[in-house]
Amino acid sequence: MEWRMWLQKIKDWVDGYTVMIDADMYIANRKRREKWDWRSIIDFIYEKDLHKLHNTLCVMCCVAFIGVMLLVVNDLPQYGNVNNPANNEVSVRYVEEGLEETGAVNLVTGMILDYRAFDTFAEANVLFLSVMGVLFLLKTDKKNDDKQQQMVRKKDAEMEAIEQKPIRQIGAKYLTPFILLYGIYIVINGHISPGGGFAGGVIMGGGMIFYATAFGKEKMEQIFTFRSFANISVGSLLTYFVCKSYSFFTGANHVGWEVPKGVAGNILSAGLILPLNICVGLVVACTMYGFYALYTKGDI
Amino acid sequence: MEHINWIHNLPFFSIFIAMFAILLTAMFRTAKMAKRIHMTMMCIVVILSAILTYHMAVAPETFTFTMGHYPAPWGNELTAGPLEALMALVFGTVMLLSVMGGWVFIEKDVLQEKQYLYYIMLDAAMGAMLALIYTNDIFTAYVFIEINTLAACALVLAKGTATAMVGATHYLIMGLLGSGLFLFGVSILYSITGHLLLPQIGEAVTVLAASGQYHFALLIATAFLFIALAIKSGLFPFHTWLPVAHPIAIPASSAILSGFVVKGYVIFAIKLMYSVFSVEFMHELGIIDILFVFGVLGMVFGSLSAMRQRKMKKILAYSSVAQIGYIYMGVGLGTEIGLTAACFHMIAHGFTKSMLFLCAGSFVKQCGNIDDMDQMRGIAYKNPVAGIGYTIGAMSMIGIPLLAGFISKLYFATASIFSEGKMAASLLVLGISMILNALYFLPSVMAIWTTKKGMQEAKRANISPWFITSIVLLLCINVGLGVWYQPVIELIEVGLQLLQK
Repeated sequence: MEWRMWLQKIKDWVDGYTVMIDADMYIANRKRREKWDWRSIIDFIYEKDLHKLHNTLCVMCCVAFIGVMLLVVNDLPQYGNVNNPANNEVSVRYVEEGLEETGAVNLVTGMILDYRAFDTFAEANVLFLSVMGVLFLLKTDKKNDDKQQQMVRKKDAEMEAIEQKPIRQIGAKYLTPFILLYGIYIVINGHISPGGGFAGGVIMGGGMIFYATAFGKEKMEQIFTFRSFANISVGSLLTYFVCKSYSFFTGANHVGWEVPKGVAGNILSAGLILPLNICVGLVVACTMYGFYALYTKGDI
Repeated sequence: MEHINWIHNLPFFSIFIAMFAILLTAMFRTAKMAKRIHMTMMCIVVILSAILTYHMAVAPETFTFTMGHYPAPWGNELTAGPLEALMALVFGTVMLLSVMGGWVFIEKDVLQEKQYLYYIMLDAAMGAMLALIYTNDIFTAYVFIEINTLAACALVLAKGTATAMVGATHYLIMGLLGSGLFLFGVSILYSITGHLLLPQIGEAVTVLAASGQYHFALLIATAFLFIALAIKSGLFPFHTWLPVAHPIAIPASSAILSGFVVKGYVIFAIKLMYSVFSVEFMHELGIIDILFVFGVLGMVFGSLSAMRQRKMKKILAYSSVAQIGYIYMGVGLGTEIGLTAACFHMIAHGFTKSMLFLCAGSFVKQCGNIDDMDQMRGIAYKNPVAGIGYTIGAMSMIGIPLLAGFISKLYFATASIFSEGKMAASLLVLGISMILNALYFLPSVMAIWTTKKGMQEAKRANISPWFITSIVLLLCINVGLGVWYQPVIELIEVGLQLLQK
């Protein structure tokens, strides 16, 4: 009657209930049989050993990785050597003809916003999408809240109302305009001096965070709401999108109609690089502030 | 304007339309508009890809598209050939049908105010996938891998429950590990070759391989790149995020994740292997054998783990691990026919697994969010469309003739005969894993078609017409691929020949 047993087993497999009951019975029986208590001690030791093993494995993996990376660095070409593979026709053209071809005095800006603008567009999208992802996760939803969350929020608001922060407030009041101005300066001069959209955007975002820490949520909501956040980010990404699709399309199909480059060194020069820098700066600033706002109060 | 070759513009258009959909959705911020924008975008992308594929089938060629005014080693570039066009078409179709079938679940499981964010993530996943397929630049690939990881992570946590967050965290950790390794690989490769575009890296690698200079750095860079892509696509030892992420994601997300997100990385791996490192060099480094071994292990262990599960979605998730193993086995055989089989299996598995996930999601919804197989006795009578879909999908995965899964297994078997030293292992494992497939799929099929004694009469649940349409279309494609597989195989073969450097 061996095969009957097997049939029963397959039936049990399909039909989860009996297996579950069997498992329960098995556990019950096993407990009844169990009389010695040294088993628990062994379990405890075993678990502890496993933890130790995990820690050891972690350390060993890290050491192995560090070793491999050190060996690789040893094998890599020496930094700054003239004969390095990275010093090839690519960087030569960037350095020698970059100014003429892109119109940007700052060669790095010319590289990221003209030669390799597709990567930068994707990078700006990464920033925007990461805020959207965090929004998906953390955005508090006032309609579907339970009581506990409402209590927590109420307490936070009360704490914020009571809290005195005179130094920060005075500092923010007088410093924020200058911080923002400096950020704007760096963004707008991105193509003629060091800096650019990413650097200036971080400074602007930092200024906004500073102001928000000093004056709290309500004051910030008067000037910067979720609507303005989304409109500024999406607006600048759309501008970037339109500019770059135009330039990709005309460039790839050799249509002509190039944007005039202007005189290198002027503010209004370098073709599309100035508007692109402003777009990138705005997106970065919004992303910085968006992360801060979402992680502190779950809303922008 | 008359000298513009519009066909060559199609990859650029499809990527940028997907990116435009993200921005448009973020501008309107309502669920209804988001859905409309997404479906319009998907239809346009599928049509564009279909035109490109048709063009490639009539007159096969590879072309590059300069992104901007600057040619190859200085600016970004896209490239497309028959393989890329076909894959874009397949992934677009999988996405379109999965979202169409998954509307019900999106509307039910995702908060109303957050639905537009879900659609943004879908658009982003599509755009990133298209860019990953078409790109000719390793750094662009890295950036779009990042977008893809972010989007897929958000798709996993769509439900917003605690378990969803745990699963998404698992996925994020593994994904970031992969991204980090990829970036290391790219930077090492750049410092020894001085290029970021695939053809130029390929030339430099050929020179380096011949001279033996920087051999260790080259080995480590290649290893990092392929480990990163293996982590991202869930190859066996790095598969742990798949079974955690799938059961808690909503069915549409699962279908998309398994149907095409994990496969885009394999496509890029094949592209790297063929147009950068050449198969001989990969043999020399031994990486191809490692991929083969882990693929084979994944086939067996994925199936064994699937057998131990009692939850339907977990079974499907482990089955995905096994199928990814198949694909990597095909890649690891290192012959052209092996890669053809791997590419065909990607297509077959994409269509089949998305259908299976949608059907399983429908069952789960009907049982009141219970995922246990024993609660699903006789559920197929309540929901016959999903029942038939699940059964046919399971049969296709097992490899019953006339279905898509059979063809890919046939080609795997053929491919193993032509590869030296790997024939015995791959044929044996192919046989074993087919039996294991049957062993873990048949109980679930039996469970949904048999009622228990004393159960009340099954009532027909009302099923959304969009779900029915999507399942029927997926079924038709599955059977169609199983019967008229020849043109697809020919297109893949031509594409692989054109890809070879």
